[in-house]
Amino acid sequence: MASVLEIADLHKSFGGIAAVNGVSFTVEEGEIVGIIGPNGSGKSTLFNCVLGQLQPTSGEVRIDGRVTTGMRPCDLNALGVSRTFQLLQVFPELTVRDNLIAAGQEHCGTMFSRLFGPRDAGLGPVADRMIEFFRLSHVAGERAGRLSYGQQKLLDAAMAFMGGPRLVLLDEPAGGVNLTMLGDLRERLRAINRERRSTFVVIEHNMDFVMSLCTRVLVLAEGRIIAQGSPDAVRNDPKVIEAYLGP
Amino acid sequence: MASAGLVRGTLAAVTVVVLAAGPEFLRPSQLYLVSLWAVTAIAAMGLNLTLGYAGQISMAQGAFVGIGAYTVALLMQAGLGFFPAFLAAGVLCFAVGWLLGYPALRVQHHYLAFVTLAFTTLVYLLLRNEQWLTNGVYGISGIQRPTALGFAFGTAARFYYFCLGIMALFLGAMWWMIRSPWGRAFMVLRENPVRALSLGVDTRRYTLLAFAIGSAVGGFAGGLFAPLVQFLEPNSFSLGYSLSLLLMVIVGGAGYLFGPLVGAAVAILLPDFLRFTEGYYLLLYAAAVMVLMAFCPQGLIGLSERWQANRRARLAAGGER
Ligand SMILES: Nc1ncnc2c1ncn2[C@@H]1O[C@H](COP(=O)(O)OP(=O)(O)OP(=O)(O)O)[C@@H](O)[C@H]1O
Ligand SMILES: [Mg+2]
Repeated sequence: MASVLEIADLHKSFGGIAAVNGVSFTVEEGEIVGIIGPNGSGKSTLFNCVLGQLQPTSGEVRIDGRVTTGMRPCDLNALGVSRTFQLLQVFPELTVRDNLIAAGQEHCGTMFSRLFGPRDAGLGPVADRMIEFFRLSHVAGERAGRLSYGQQKLLDAAMAFMGGPRLVLLDEPAGGVNLTMLGDLRERLRAINRERRSTFVVIEHNMDFVMSLCTRVLVLAEGRIIAQGSPDAVRNDPKVIEAYLGP
Repeated sequence: MASAGLVRGTLAAVTVVVLAAGPEFLRPSQLYLVSLWAVTAIAAMGLNLTLGYAGQISMAQGAFVGIGAYTVALLMQAGLGFFPAFLAAGVLCFAVGWLLGYPALRVQHHYLAFVTLAFTTLVYLLLRNEQWLTNGVYGISGIQRPTALGFAFGTAARFYYFCLGIMALFLGAMWWMIRSPWGRAFMVLRENPVRALSLGVDTRRYTLLAFAIGSAVGGFAGGLFAPLVQFLEPNSFSLGYSLSLLLMVIVGGAGYLFGPLVGAAVAILLPDFLRFTEGYYLLLYAAAVMVLMAFCPQGLIGLSERWQANRRARLAAGGER
């Protein structure tokens, strides 16, 4: 069977700067892969190229063996690929519950049923379970823009799961989330991974979070993968220490 | 304590009763004015979808009212009944609106404003210069009022009910759509198109739909405008008209279901009540709009919501008092 995600020799340059400079790796079903690397090493750009927000300069992306380079984000999402962004991206004027329904509704029914069918596209119970799962029950009817930063961050992550994705790419999910909530978030991600066999790729600067969550870690520096392996192996790799601390 | 829902329900009921009894106490000129309010409110509702809910600025709504009005007038002149002509006006404006949506896929905000502004000018010039079709500046007169199932809506009072009925129909349809997943898709398009796209919302399709449906509603309003005024000329649909519709949506409260009704009332009904101010009405209106926009960009409905929220907060803080 094909890997869930295959990236082959991906390049992306902005003007003269090569933000992603020949990255190749594969992710198998059920894995939780971490991506770490200094600021500006090309992690977010890599995600943007995989998920259609940016066109790679060259290289290929395959999802379940199917070439998806250049596809629109909404079509990729229909294939079961979902993501979060580094900066918070919720719909501030909508309620928490509507944020979640909006995040999944395009996966339910047809254009016709979405106009004439049920108001919640049949997603009400799923949204309510997600709200409970991410401990947002007390703010479910609140407009998302009025939540605390940490709560919005949890909502942001929860939204990525509404469509029942097979592959989820999370860009710094732990940024700005307090320690208790961080533990919660890790447990939620693990549970979703276990129960649904969802595959994750997680960019994160919080080392404890990455090392305790991921089964495998890739290290990016200046647009290239400089090391990969189990969390322990990566932590002690001199190349990694050098990339972070400088020569 | 009277809840906000009760206040709103009472207000709505009173409005409905007053409107229903209108012909009992309104002069014919006032009946005409209220009918014009209903027609204009429909046009503003269409723009409210495009601008208020889907977040796509358009300075072309007046042009669509013009296209709809001329379509109905010309088709009725050619012998078609009102209702098929009315339908044709909506369908034509849906198609043209869909096409006008394409620039919105490339540009946003003031650039999009200019594209739609140019379109309005183009439509105005076509109406004025293509004499063979539109009779140019001489306009089209003698437009008949509709007859439905042998019932003629010829008199001011009957046509008044006709306009209000159609407005209620459009208000209901808009309410339905806004609460459906389509409505949610339009709103996320406004709130954050990049995230929406990554969640599977085909932002391209919904942008085009927002333009097409908003324009079609404008076209229907035009289809009603023609038999109301019974005389069309290009000047009614110049850029100024599109701008005033835009102002109505914003003053009433963009992105609120009842915003366009309030905005159109302020622009159309209020001048009649404030006639004693004579030439100063426009001055007062302009000044009031400036103050409103500076302090409450959410418009009049937004302002009333803010008051209610403040009152709730005060009540919560003050306990039993
Ligand atoms: N749209 C863009 N236009 C021009 N340059 C860009 C663009 N996006 C990213 N870059 C550049 O590409 C490089 C990689 O940026 P990227 O955001 O991928 O880094 P990152 O690894 O995610 O960093 P961080 O940890 O700070 O989020 C940086 O030098 C950045 O300035
Ligand atoms: Mg980044």
